[in-house]
Amino acid sequence: MTTQRQEEREVAQNDAEYLEKYGFKVDAKPEFQTKKGLSEDVVREISAHKHEPDWMLKIRLTALKVFNSKPLPMWGIDLSKIDFDDIYYYIKPGGKKSDNWNDVPEGIKKTFDKLGIPEAERKFFAGAEAQFDSEVVYSHVKKELEKDGVVFIDTDTAIKKHPDLVKKYFGTLIPPTDNKFAALNTAFWSGGSFIYVPKGVKVSMPLQAYFRINADKAGQFERTLIIADEGSDVTYIEGCTAPIYIGSSLHAANVEIIAHKDAHVRYVTIQNWSKNVYNLVTQRAFAYENAYVEWIDANIGSKANMKYPSVYLKGRGSKGEILSIAVAGNNQIQDTGGKVLHLAPDTSSKIISKSVSIGSGVTTFRGLIHVGKNSDGSKSAVRCDALLLDKESKTNTYPKMEILRDDADITHEATVGRIGEDEVFYLMSRGLSEEDAITTIVLGFIQDLTKVLPLEYSIELRRLIKLDMTNSVG
Amino acid sequence: MTLEIIDLHVEAADKEIIKGVNLKINGGEFHVVMGPNGSGKTTLAKVIMGYPKYRITKGDIQVDGKSILQMSTDKRAKLGLFILFQNPIEIDGVNFINFLRNARTALAEEQTSVKQLMDDIKSNMKELKMSDEIINRSLNQGFSGGEKKKSEILQLSVLKDVVKLAILDEPDSGLDVDALRIVAESINRIAAQNKMGILLITHYKRILDTMNPQFVHVMMNGKIVAEGGNEIIDRVEKGGYDSFSNA
Repeated sequence: MTTQRQEEREVAQNDAEYLEKYGFKVDAKPEFQTKKGLSEDVVREISAHKHEPDWMLKIRLTALKVFNSKPLPMWGIDLSKIDFDDIYYYIKPGGKKSDNWNDVPEGIKKTFDKLGIPEAERKFFAGAEAQFDSEVVYSHVKKELEKDGVVFIDTDTAIKKHPDLVKKYFGTLIPPTDNKFAALNTAFWSGGSFIYVPKGVKVSMPLQAYFRINADKAGQFERTLIIADEGSDVTYIEGCTAPIYIGSSLHAANVEIIAHKDAHVRYVTIQNWSKNVYNLVTQRAFAYENAYVEWIDANIGSKANMKYPSVYLKGRGSKGEILSIAVAGNNQIQDTGGKVLHLAPDTSSKIISKSVSIGSGVTTFRGLIHVGKNSDGSKSAVRCDALLLDKESKTNTYPKMEILRDDADITHEATVGRIGEDEVFYLMSRGLSEEDAITTIVLGFIQDLTKVLPLEYSIELRRLIKLDMTNSVG
Repeated sequence: MTLEIIDLHVEAADKEIIKGVNLKINGGEFHVVMGPNGSGKTTLAKVIMGYPKYRITKGDIQVDGKSILQMSTDKRAKLGLFILFQNPIEIDGVNFINFLRNARTALAEEQTSVKQLMDDIKSNMKELKMSDEIINRSLNQGFSGGEKKKSEILQLSVLKDVVKLAILDEPDSGLDVDALRIVAESINRIAAQNKMGILLITHYKRILDTMNPQFVHVMMNGKIVAEGGNEIIDRVEKGGYDSFSNA
């Protein structure tokens, strides 16, 4: 029984262990870094350092102009505290990119050891790429993947090895003009994953990457591009951890997914940035005929998070699903949700959001369902449930529906609940402490979303939530 | 374990529900509290476990001579107090078996082997004639009235090693004849095997037909109005609770 296995492998954790595991900084001396702040010089320096082709430099420079011309968003979270001149836009860690664990520098290894990567790799993480600061230092692509023609490399390498594919798709889903932070990413991006799955290939194991910001005030702007060719199937998982340090850090990623005819892509995120990180991420997918795209988005960490994965249903019969979990502890803002645009007939979508607010935490759900004129026979279901743990906890819901057809089948449900004294009493009467009782109820509340995660991540998420509760309750 | 309730007065939503109750249960004794609806029986059961919505205005609850009023509910459970709820609450997404395991781990204060626990659960489910698929459901979710009662008994049986006094709040309500017999047998068996004290609360004599309570108390309007042995049960059966109203 899965649940039993899970429980068996769950270990008791406490704050000290959490800090030991996540709240540290390893002195990894950078091999190269730009000076603080953003300027055209910095962009040129990054591009030159990476020996990029001219066309990429041009994309970067155009994006910088767009960034400078756009004001900060006037909605959502207050971002005025971000000092763009006080951030390193590119840091390359010491040591070279490596696909051999023995070649990874000691300091970095220590970080990975603490993250449990080598251990995980022994199991089934063999396809993991790990991002340390702004560069992929440890990557190991399983031989079987290569045999099937699956490409799983960092995006910098992809420019050199697969320039045609990168040129064809890079920035076509998320142009720099989309939003200020998409532009910032496009100008300064570094690292991220590039995945190409050939026609008809079904990748049986999930492809995984660990991302991590280590150096103080390092921005991380990774760029991920996933192309699933006709009839292919792939799951990609990113889990984020970041150490705790003073000063605000910025993470602005762009993720683009192209799911061609009959392809299936599942993209899983466990976002656990430390509580000083602004996480401003743009994620977008195009789904063509009968393609199916899933975003599974779990947000636990960061100080302020704005993330609304979207699916553009562009082909007949395509399907989009967004499952979102958000936990906002004291002083955290989780502004999350999802968008689906129905742009073809017989398309269907589902957005399910479960959020938990603890202490002064604020969760906000923003959902958009757009049903275009050409999308006859479209169906969509949106559901968002919020759980509030304390009197001061807050939640907001902004569902938006743009329905241009009368025959669309759209449902929307929303609930807000406070944790009940009777539930807590029941569990406590069976010996659970108040904290354990509340954690049990919260984990139960999000259980239907956590159960779709791969086992390792499901356990990790449950443990992170437990730790979060321990820090916030009582 | 000795539980002693001393001149207890309890308010819920500013209304006095229990108006001076005295009750002493020595280790391994079997007590029954009978009474009509609204007499304060359930309030009595829950206040012993420390239900947060009640306010104790006077009196004390003691275990082995020490007041437990300042103890949290989980601490009371760890002393060996167990409550079988009349209306067990449903908790979404909390797997029944994981919950049982966590409860046993918390109460026994040691890890329980999954295999041992599963064997224990399965044999008890068989005794209770419970359907296997309940194992995979969320706690009490979608359980019928009878299944909920059996689920409570199952919890008691899994936790029996640490339970010294089981407070059973109407384990008989909503059960058909067959289920009632099974539940009564299970309670008898668990109590006998573990020398567990029992405080059984009920409206009706029916469940007591196959049981041997040593002490019977009648509660009306927040007070205990009669006490004695089995003869009290017969008096309830013959004259109803009205016969006690002038007692």
